[in-house]
Amino acid sequence: MEFIAELVISVLIVIGGLFTLVGSFGLVKLPHLLMRLHAPTKATTVGVGAILIASMLFFWIERGTFTIHELLITIFLFLTAPITANLIGKAYLLRHVDPHDELPHTGEIEGWATFDSRNPEEHPKDPGKLPQDEARKSD
Amino acid sequence: MIEYALNFAFVCAGLSLLINLWRLSFGPTIADRILAVDTMAINGIALLVLYGIGRATSMYFEAALLFAMVGFVSTVAYCKFVLRGDIIE
Repeated sequence: MEFIAELVISVLIVIGGLFTLVGSFGLVKLPHLLMRLHAPTKATTVGVGAILIASMLFFWIERGTFTIHELLITIFLFLTAPITANLIGKAYLLRHVDPHDELPHTGEIEGWATFDSRNPEEHPKDPGKLPQDEARKSD
Repeated sequence: MIEYALNFAFVCAGLSLLINLWRLSFGPTIADRILAVDTMAINGIALLVLYGIGRATSMYFEAALLFAMVGFVSTVAYCKFVLRGDIIE
């Protein structure tokens, strides 16, 4: 029984280490930032997740009491990973992508949220000024 | 047997941190560097949890949790600074 528990913990640790390495290898290997965003999510989910499950099992075997407080880190990472990826993608779009040539139309009155509030090609007379700007001009 | 697996995972996490450092140094765009910092924080969490298993103390769990929170906040702060020119508007 002890041997099986050690075997499971060791396999989980090895899986976690391998996926951590694979995520970072993809960060170097993939050619474009929006592709590189894909690679480290493997390290976030499977890599750290397997190591945390191994930690839970190890302290269960070691101390005899089962605790789930390692799951806090997993839940926190699962909640924050999409927000981080969204913000990094928006920063990349703002700095390195031309919105009028490289991005498709949104199909709405508003343009892409990272850039301006209105699409200037569809509203050439309305540059999308804020109401307080209009009020300031009339003063 | 756990010791061998731990040594293997330590080597993997250390190599990952080195690779991320390469991307942080030579990343062509700013977003690459932010992504490298975020991945380094995640690899640091993995390294801390592995060290906690190796020393058989649960003290490093709190450090890993703090690392997760501070890593997330720092990534969001960098992105907001690039996007808006200011962190707290």
